[in-house]
Amino acid sequence: MSTPILPPGLAIQKADERIMTLNVGPQHPGSGHMRIIVQIDGDYIVACDPDPGYVHRGEEKMAEYRNYVLNIPHLERPVIHDSCNILYPYVLGVEELLGLEISERAKYIRVIAAELNRCVYTMYWLAIYGIFLGHSTMFMWPAGDRELLIDLLEKMTGARVTHSYFIPGGIRNDLPANFEDVCLRQVNYFEKRIKEYADVFYDNPILISRTEKTGILSREDAIRLGTTGSVLRASGVDYDVRKKEPYDVYDELDFETNVMKSGDSYARSKIPWLDMMESCRIIRDALQKMPKSGSVRVKLKPNPKGAIGSVYKRVESGRGALGCYIVSDKKPIPYRVKLSVPSFRNLIALPHLLIGEKLGNMPSIYWSLNYWPVEADR
Amino acid sequence: MSSESEKKNVEEKPEDSKLTENKTAEKPTVEKKTVPSKKPQTEESELPAFEKGIGDKITEKFGEKTIISFVKPDRVGVKVSRESIHDVAEFARDVLNYDHVDSVAGVDYPADKEIEVVYHLSSYTDPALSRQILELATRAQREDDPIPGNDATKLPSLRDIFYSVEFHEREVFEMLGVFFEGHPDNRRLLLPEDWADLPPLRKDFRNKGR
Repeated sequence: MSTPILPPGLAIQKADERIMTLNVGPQHPGSGHMRIIVQIDGDYIVACDPDPGYVHRGEEKMAEYRNYVLNIPHLERPVIHDSCNILYPYVLGVEELLGLEISERAKYIRVIAAELNRCVYTMYWLAIYGIFLGHSTMFMWPAGDRELLIDLLEKMTGARVTHSYFIPGGIRNDLPANFEDVCLRQVNYFEKRIKEYADVFYDNPILISRTEKTGILSREDAIRLGTTGSVLRASGVDYDVRKKEPYDVYDELDFETNVMKSGDSYARSKIPWLDMMESCRIIRDALQKMPKSGSVRVKLKPNPKGAIGSVYKRVESGRGALGCYIVSDKKPIPYRVKLSVPSFRNLIALPHLLIGEKLGNMPSIYWSLNYWPVEADR
Repeated sequence: MSSESEKKNVEEKPEDSKLTENKTAEKPTVEKKTVPSKKPQTEESELPAFEKGIGDKITEKFGEKTIISFVKPDRVGVKVSRESIHDVAEFARDVLNYDHVDSVAGVDYPADKEIEVVYHLSSYTDPALSRQILELATRAQREDDPIPGNDATKLPSLRDIFYSVEFHEREVFEMLGVFFEGHPDNRRLLLPEDWADLPPLRKDFRNKGR
């Protein structure tokens, strides 16, 4: 029998008596819309091939057909729980191309919205992490507590998850009346709540025994693989774009970055939780320093044209550094929009971490990478 | 239509047109490595010194093979010929201390019959470079009737220098059909395995109904 001619993506694999190939996903309730092809020898993973793309929607191609403002609602779709942060670099880039100068108040409101969004995303991620480890309480608590911040964002933006709040030139609308007081109260209560997670989750001996010393990513590997965000900081590299390359008003705000040295699943799962407390600190500080009145939006002319050239902007999202590369050729629509998303960048660490681990550790390692399948696919 | 709306802009917003004028006026001075600038004294001092130093180091080493396309605050753009991209990347890693790749973007230019691949390098380990992005752009020959992997659209892979480009280059290969020579794993990543159309981020691939 002659071998059939295959399209470039396909390959024929020989059956092996000892090695078994497992397809985890792409419709697995845990993995999200993503397939991980693992080969196991007994209980140990010997090969791993992540296969994203199940929900590839061509966001970058779509962006080449719409003008700079119409791109906003669909570019936030890859990660709707963190929709402010995924729009942030795009909006910053478009502002540079259009030569817009935005007001101080709009900058502060953006930071508040971005930090609230980071918490909302992290709570969702944490809920899934709980259910991945069979810890149902840890699913229910974050899923419930995140409603507090969703309510706040709904008051700000009018939408629960897909906010489309950031626009070139500022933000879409000003804060509602009395927002500062409500925000402060909710955020204080939220911080008190998430501190209680230590008792039920992070100091829980069962969690520690399952995640500590599994999936260790060394500092050198974290740098070499180009990982970002919580994965990088859990491996002992102190790099946060908010600190290193402050955008908007982050350089005026008071916060720390969290770094852990162990680089295991436990550290990777703890860093986002610690970051949420810093987010609460940022929000409180920003509410205090924010100008109490002023315009929040520069009026754009219809179909604005970008200057000829390109721009690369990055921000720190809930998962890590998120870059946006825009090429403009002086037309109302961008020539090319490229999103360099943290999920895609962290994915490279997955085969690196899984090989040699037990299959039972796969869920905890996989989700500790702070990976959002839909974002990686774009 | 474009000329009409441009006219409108000029009429409506005088201060805005001034802004764009400034931008266009900046452009030739930024490209001063290739084009002799008109007013060197004033513009030279406006260029950020540290970023200019990075650009100078690269031109010093590689001379004619590289063109500094722009120097902006925290951003340096370098155009590199496809023969020397490997050497320039190695130089950026070993001498300039860039240690990973943030993003690899492919941009299609059908009018030039070329596809540009842009690497954004960044550094975690060198504190002086923590704000910096070095943009290496190189161009591959473009074919109108592509056979991805089996035509002239090829570039040397940077995976042996920056391990972090592995998935990024796979994405560029499937989305634009640029084959990376030396990459160990040039399979599809995001697209379906049996995708048989044009690489979708090429300009001649049109979305339905658009």
